[in-house]
Amino acid sequence: MLERALSGSQRYWSWLIFLLVLMAIGFACYLYQFKVGLKVTGMSRDVSWGFYIAQFTYLVGVAASGVMVVLPYYFHNYKAFGRIAVLGEFLAIAAVTMCLLFIFVDLGYPKRIMNVVMHPTPNSILFWDMIVLNGYLILNILVGWNVLAAERKGVPYSKWVKTLAYISIPWAFSIHTVTAFLYAGLPGRHFWLTAIMAARFLASAFCSGPALLVLICLIVRKVSRFDPGKEQLRTLGVIITYAMIMNVFFFLLEVFTAFYSGIPGHKHSFIYLFSGLDGYGKLVPWMWTSVGFGILALILLIVPATRKKEDTLAVACAAVIISTWIDKGMGLVVGGFIPNPFEKVFEYWPTTPEILITIGVWATGFFILTILFKIAVSVKEEVAS
Amino acid sequence: MGVSRRKFLKISGLSVLLGLGGKAAFELLAPGSIDAAMEPAPIGEGKRWAMVIDAKKCLEKQEKDGCKECIDICHRIHNVPNFGNPKEEIKWIWKETYEHTFPSRHNDYVSEDVHGKPFILLCNHCTNPPCVRVCPTKATWKRPDGVVMMDQHRCIGCRFCMAGCPYGSRSFNWGDSREAPKELNPDFPTNMEYPTRSKGVVEKCTFCAERLAKGQIPACVEACAKIKVNALHFGDLADEESEVRELLRHHYAIRRKPELGTEPNVFYLI
Repeated sequence: MLERALSGSQRYWSWLIFLLVLMAIGFACYLYQFKVGLKVTGMSRDVSWGFYIAQFTYLVGVAASGVMVVLPYYFHNYKAFGRIAVLGEFLAIAAVTMCLLFIFVDLGYPKRIMNVVMHPTPNSILFWDMIVLNGYLILNILVGWNVLAAERKGVPYSKWVKTLAYISIPWAFSIHTVTAFLYAGLPGRHFWLTAIMAARFLASAFCSGPALLVLICLIVRKVSRFDPGKEQLRTLGVIITYAMIMNVFFFLLEVFTAFYSGIPGHKHSFIYLFSGLDGYGKLVPWMWTSVGFGILALILLIVPATRKKEDTLAVACAAVIISTWIDKGMGLVVGGFIPNPFEKVFEYWPTTPEILITIGVWATGFFILTILFKIAVSVKEEVAS
Repeated sequence: MGVSRRKFLKISGLSVLLGLGGKAAFELLAPGSIDAAMEPAPIGEGKRWAMVIDAKKCLEKQEKDGCKECIDICHRIHNVPNFGNPKEEIKWIWKETYEHTFPSRHNDYVSEDVHGKPFILLCNHCTNPPCVRVCPTKATWKRPDGVVMMDQHRCIGCRFCMAGCPYGSRSFNWGDSREAPKELNPDFPTNMEYPTRSKGVVEKCTFCAERLAKGQIPACVEACAKIKVNALHFGDLADEESEVRELLRHHYAIRRKPELGTEPNVFYLI
């Protein structure tokens, strides 16, 4: 089936070349970082994780959200999602690949990455994260590819594929739960030390991932003869709505606990993020941008007329993505490090090389996504005609 | 193909014999040498190394001349570079005001004796260290004698331990220590017998593990004793007769963030 990625319109090739250029720039910056060290980033002794880990956290959510099309289709036999299930799985493949790349570019000594395998350490959550992420990647490759191959031949997919699809459902929940545990089990990091971290992660994942899928589906419809379907987009819209409401609700729960209890450690990060602390407030405009887009998204999603109309649904989806990307990326990761263990504020801002490497990784993900979607869409066009 | 049962038994039997023979041969040629080599360093089991910092003595001396002997000697013998900026800073032992050292203990009317005064900070060598719990490669681990050790040759630089440590005791090599500004580090590396670290790994205080192995006390404690201040005390908490136990028995001591359950082994006499 791979050969279908090798023939395409001029627009297809220009897009791929554009991505390749971004990848090359990112790679060049990475070589620079590799040579000089992570000091080329904005990270410091106090904010020791930054933009890379923020993207990683966000993208684990996008990967996990594949389950929002997989679960209704395989588990509840919701036939309409049969059209887009493979798109959800392929989006997950691209997202997990980006996750692994973001972890890799964040390592100080990447040559030793295999130490995680050679010295397995079950008490470390990162060890489990490695297992669940790689497992999820393999599951989605196997299921997505085989289902698509069966569709091409016009035969039902084999039983073992269905078994793997079933396994991938709890597995999707596990990748984001384990990723939340990276944060939620650290003593002294009050902002992260919350029992609903995993629930928050899943809620934001299940709105931001399907929102991205909706936008990609609309693009697919524009550039190909394959239509993901009206009903499909509408159902995704409902899923996004519920998940976004839950996401905002969970966030407000955190705000209540922090401010009603009045415990300083629990309040500090929120104060830093939303109004600035000790005169520092680099993230304040970003967090309010996130709030603004969050409110816009909620209005457009909750009002049935705007949710059902595809133009306004697309705006809502873009708003969801912007809002959650800021909140769960920079807000969550950087916010957790400020104030530092001495209750001092040391701020963080990504540097140009850091941003270019980040763009390079995103471009790699979209490159993979484009290839996979090209194959899937070509097969679907072929079957339809 | 495949090894027959007979052949397998023969090979394994021979291997066992050779294995025994190897050790036996050593026993004949150099009796006891193997056992000696396999003995752990004189650190031994059953110890629980700890430090007691007499804040009063330390502050008095600092008041007089801004003493930082312990910091200087530690950073000199461990080749800790000075990057001259807080972003890349590496520190094993350093100073922080009372309010920042004990953030949950400050109040508006805190005694003038400690208000805004610089306290000495280092790794707490916690009994229940979160940094060890989160490390994905066992590059940092808890030794039987209580020292939280660090293997910079195994560290992958994921910095999970830095997120895990609630005391800010860990530093990361954001760049190459050998490229630290020359004007701030004229004679770097300052100790040719101690390794410098490559970029991309985490480092921290090890209670001078290399000195403990030789039966010496940590350099900071020795330096403090040398100038006759004796504000730093090092010893074994498991030994009831030890100096640290004696001090804790008769003085009121506090630890940093004990509410987190990490059980720090650095105590401050106030």
